[in-house]
Amino acid sequence: MKYLDEYRDAGIVKEYLEKIHKLVNRPWSVMEICGGQTHSLVKNGIVDLLPEDVTMVHGPGCPVCVTSAELIDKAVQIALDEDSILCSFGDMLRVPGSSKSLQKAKAEGGDVRIVYSPLDAVNLALDQQDKNVVFFAVGFETTAPVNALSVLQAKKLGLENYLLLVSHVLVPPAMEALLEDEETRIDGFLAAGHVCTVMGTSEYIPVAEKYRIPIVVTGFEPVDLLKGLFSCIQQLEKGTYKLENQYKRVVKAQGNRKARQLIEEVFEISDRSWRGIGVLPNSGYSLREAYKQFNADARFELKSKGGSAGNKCIAGEILKGLKKPVDCPEFRGSCNPENPLGAPMVSSEGACAAYYNYRNV
Amino acid sequence: MGKKISFSCPMPEFDFDTITLAHGSGGLLTNKLLDQGVFSLFSNEYLDRQHDGAVFYNEGKLAFSTDSFVVSPIFFPGGNIGDLSMNGTMNDLAMCGAVPKFISLGLIIEEGLSVRELWKILESIKGISDAFDVQVVTGDTKVVERGKGDKIFINTSGIGVVKKQANIGIERIKEGDRILVSGNIATHGMTIMSVRKGLEFQTALESDTQYIGDTALELIDNFGSDIKFLRDPTRGGLATVLNEIAGKLELSIEIEEALLPILHESKSACELLGLDPIYVANEGLFVAVVSPEISGEALDFLKQNEKCEGAAFIGSVTSAYPKKVVVKSAIGGRRIASMLPGEQLPRIC
Repeated sequence: MKYLDEYRDAGIVKEYLEKIHKLVNRPWSVMEICGGQTHSLVKNGIVDLLPEDVTMVHGPGCPVCVTSAELIDKAVQIALDEDSILCSFGDMLRVPGSSKSLQKAKAEGGDVRIVYSPLDAVNLALDQQDKNVVFFAVGFETTAPVNALSVLQAKKLGLENYLLLVSHVLVPPAMEALLEDEETRIDGFLAAGHVCTVMGTSEYIPVAEKYRIPIVVTGFEPVDLLKGLFSCIQQLEKGTYKLENQYKRVVKAQGNRKARQLIEEVFEISDRSWRGIGVLPNSGYSLREAYKQFNADARFELKSKGGSAGNKCIAGEILKGLKKPVDCPEFRGSCNPENPLGAPMVSSEGACAAYYNYRNV
Repeated sequence: MGKKISFSCPMPEFDFDTITLAHGSGGLLTNKLLDQGVFSLFSNEYLDRQHDGAVFYNEGKLAFSTDSFVVSPIFFPGGNIGDLSMNGTMNDLAMCGAVPKFISLGLIIEEGLSVRELWKILESIKGISDAFDVQVVTGDTKVVERGKGDKIFINTSGIGVVKKQANIGIERIKEGDRILVSGNIATHGMTIMSVRKGLEFQTALESDTQYIGDTALELIDNFGSDIKFLRDPTRGGLATVLNEIAGKLELSIEIEEALLPILHESKSACELLGLDPIYVANEGLFVAVVSPEISGEALDFLKQNEKCEGAAFIGSVTSAYPKKVVVKSAIGGRRIASMLPGEQLPRIC
């Protein structure tokens, strides 16, 4: 496949692996932010090909994994409401809430539909005006523009039955929270290419400077990941801490202006609760006052029983990179993809699922 | 892929154009639908008796298999649910080393299906039945209320006569055996995805649904007991079938990603949707575990068959990782391919 095969080229991968092996003089811990990067590192077996001194720490960039149980409970409540349809991306369905997952709610008769785009949910709202159609707006900055667009589209169509249950999270505040955490040891970051495609790279410059840590914007294919890692380790060995962009074929410094305008129009920055981490200030998006009519939280009296799903789940430590999935006593025992105790085991982007599915060779 | 079988027979002049509950009630309308439609189309010495079941003689070992078909949409590029229901059960029989002979056809129709669509489906079934001399000898039709089905569900069961040379058995698989696939993987599954409501995307893909069993049986004719195991990797895809094999043995299966045959279109669609092609459903495809001594010849034999475009050697049976399927990635890393906990769910990003 054009634009993909050249980034999966075994020869170039080997070349960069050799370069990295030669470069490393000291032990380094590098965190890849995005779950898609974790998935690719593990699926392609890259983690096993790196020098022993390089530890990849798997970051919190899996939106499914960080969505709080409280929000899943709300989505379940909407799904079980007779007058409502809950639309969601597929991999949210198995995530446990405090009592059940959306998949279970669906089996109990709740109307849950898997969609590929919130615009499909808008069309459904247009077809079924006797029902509330609620889209579970999960994701980092990457999915925010299209979710914003869906609200504008619903407004244009005059739909009163289209709603968003917003669970958006933002990358830079999470990075700062991880760096402030005394337990974590992260020497460098591979920033999430897709998030930067939307947001650009400027917001990472102050983070790199404040914490004196190299940040390299990185893609998702094996060659992308190794180029990003090579640059990051090069900086670490030299003692520099710049922002670098290794994913220039996609990411522009200013990001995608139109997408950012859409976000700016519809959403405002707010506090957000992250599964396993807790509430981080200014780490999410909520609908602006002007669009509050589309807010499912306001339309429904949503209650969460609270409490965390699967008390034994160490999602927090996993998402902070303090522990590897294999360090968890429940991993492969009582926690597996069929019966996940926590979200990192559910999504294919989650570190636990990636380890479960691809690693025990 | 082999030539598509096409068969057409003028539709009888029914005095109704959609199926209603009355067609399944056993009364007059049922009789009209069956007499003028199903019975006349499939007419053969067993069915024509219109008894409660078919009675026939046979000598030798038999294979018996059943499968239900609920595909949505019922018509898709390259075929329809009727094709699937025949090819599926016939392929299952062939995977047991049996030549398919008799089929039972159970139709569960949702009220409102157009007679024209039903006829098209029946025509497809008849076409395959004629092409491979497999007779529909008994059946059943039920109609359910609107909303209680999805246009039409079909169950077929089949009986086949096991070939004398066939010696298919999972317990016969040994370290060193080779794994062959008869064609490109993931074609059917990605075709269905491309026309599924809410997900339509433009592609030149067509389902590879076909009766591939004749080729599998020819392999047995030519290589006898060196063909140790056959399986058609339908739902759950290649990885699921390989896991079923590895799971039953104290052996591992190691395959190489770079050797997996897949059409460019399917590969791109999988990338786009975040799906792993080794878990995507196949139809006109089989996996063969064969002795290493004949694997080259067996592959050459498959490659000569027009139904087996893309046939390839994909890996071997080893002892390194008991009960596991291991995939060597294109860049040289290794990963396991475990059983899926459920359907592959489309990812957020």
